[in-house]
Amino acid sequence: MASNDAEFQPGFRGWLNKRLPVDKFVREQLLEYYAPKNFNIWYFFGSLALLVLVMQLLSGIFLTMFYKVGDTTSFDSVEFIRREVSYGWLIQYLHSVGASAFFVVVYLHMYRALLYGSYKAPRELLWLFGMFIYLALMAEAFMGYVLPWGNMSYWAATVIINLFSTIPVIGPGLVEWIRGDYGVADATLNRFFSLHVVAIPLILLLLVALHLVALRQTGSNNPDGIEIKERRGSDGKPLDGIPFHPYYTVKDIVGVGFFLTLFAVVVFFVPTLGGLFMEDANFEPANPLSTPEPIAPSWYFTPYYAILRAVPNQRLGALLLLLAVLAFFFLPWLDRSPVKSVRYRGWWFRIFLAEFTVCFLGLMYLGLKPPTGGYVIAARVFSIGYFAFFVLMYWYSRWDKVKAVPERVTYHA
Amino acid sequence: MTDAGTKADAQGVDQDRRKFLTVATSATAAVGAAFAASPFVASWSLSERAKALGAPVSVDLSKLEMGQMITVVWRKQPIYIFKRSPAIVAGLVTNDPRLKDPKSAESDQPIYATNESRSRRDDIAVLIATCTHLGCLPKQHFDPGDAELGADWPGGFRCPCHGSRFDMAGRVFEGSPASVNLRVPPYSYPDQTTLLIGQDEAAAQGAA
Repeated sequence: MASNDAEFQPGFRGWLNKRLPVDKFVREQLLEYYAPKNFNIWYFFGSLALLVLVMQLLSGIFLTMFYKVGDTTSFDSVEFIRREVSYGWLIQYLHSVGASAFFVVVYLHMYRALLYGSYKAPRELLWLFGMFIYLALMAEAFMGYVLPWGNMSYWAATVIINLFSTIPVIGPGLVEWIRGDYGVADATLNRFFSLHVVAIPLILLLLVALHLVALRQTGSNNPDGIEIKERRGSDGKPLDGIPFHPYYTVKDIVGVGFFLTLFAVVVFFVPTLGGLFMEDANFEPANPLSTPEPIAPSWYFTPYYAILRAVPNQRLGALLLLLAVLAFFFLPWLDRSPVKSVRYRGWWFRIFLAEFTVCFLGLMYLGLKPPTGGYVIAARVFSIGYFAFFVLMYWYSRWDKVKAVPERVTYHA
Repeated sequence: MTDAGTKADAQGVDQDRRKFLTVATSATAAVGAAFAASPFVASWSLSERAKALGAPVSVDLSKLEMGQMITVVWRKQPIYIFKRSPAIVAGLVTNDPRLKDPKSAESDQPIYATNESRSRRDDIAVLIATCTHLGCLPKQHFDPGDAELGADWPGGFRCPCHGSRFDMAGRVFEGSPASVNLRVPPYSYPDQTTLLIGQDEAAAQGAA
């Protein structure tokens, strides 16, 4: 039994606990932290995101030992890592595949929140911290993508930085300030390196800590969208909760096993995943005189990229790209439904969620395709569908005919 | 104690004075922090070396053939220089109805290039080759009726990134994500066959 007397135990354990609340922390955060007992497969992705973060930090630390930042050295040093450093190829692929894996688990983690209304009160801040993590992750991925100084690195940096030039008045000056030169150059590469290996990882770790503290404060949502804290047994413990450790630590380890199996298959057999995880054009050095064709960002940015290209006006396109990302931040206040989980929502929400899913995946596909003819028309249709999900939510979430939510959690399959 | 005592509360604390001091101290600290941040913010602007390397570039045009395009780099930006036949220059005006900014009123070019051919000399076009949308290099599609661009294509450039299209004077067509024409750098001709990119020379001479 967890005892409050741990601090007064004799021996080393007592000595330690008087000075550092180890037992108290384990008890409060793991043994007596109650999580809903009806978690399903969607609940693996939070712990997997944490795992990938640790893997990226580790592989990144080792890559930094061999990487030489600079417009004349970066590309060669990455090739050096891949060809000559012992197991350098493995460390480099772990990091590049890890970047894509990060977005896979984060997108699934976010989709879980959409399904079960995990962003709704009282978890608005938890959701916002998560969204800030997503933003930091996008910045981290983008800057990391520039570091190998391949041709796609160069042109991705050019295009993304130029998005800021669409800001009225200060745009052109701001772009020059970000680049530190008249074009993307050594100065840009060096500052991105600093941000990628120091600044943003620190911000990410801070945000992850805040995300977890906020989660501990409200407790996890669950597939039924029921607050388990509202039904407590005579011992004061939630009736529908089970201690995080050992129940969910063990469950998460099984998830980790499945995840690492898939991850290893990609790393060892298809590390570039046919150009999706690493693009062919990035295996040639940066060349300011040759834009790779076709040019497409990494797959995890393509939905936004497709929206940008769908708009025949520069400033409006950039603005819609920004809004497409920021729209997620407003979900807790756009959704006025009395229930959280899709299980008890009506058809309005279900149809709009399905429509959004199709549009998001459609845009993801179209962002990889050239901006011509039918692809542009389709991107416009999907862009409208994408924004309709958010904008109309304020009304359809209220009109929706919801079902009665049970008092206790249920089990499905 | 006599002066302060009049405003002091039961604990002998003058709350107004305390509040004022707290606000004043915080505000001073905030201003100090802003000043302390300025060198770090300024460190990202162009270094002296980057500015020095941005000096004007001289190009020899004596070997430039009709219809040929060369690319030179000025300030890290590729510059397209190509020679247009009188027929192409004369045909530019027919594009006007299909252009977003035919008169280059919204676009960025020196005063001496604010004309139909967007150049000092009608035959030589000098354009900054970064797409005004998001900075990719528009590709050369000089042949009218280019297979990729349709039978009514008059010749010009198409950006591979987002599909913006420009005519032989770098003017943007309707339906492109780019809103303005390709930029024209400052340039001058020290003599008949030399092009100096990055310097207007005497601006008065250019305007004349």
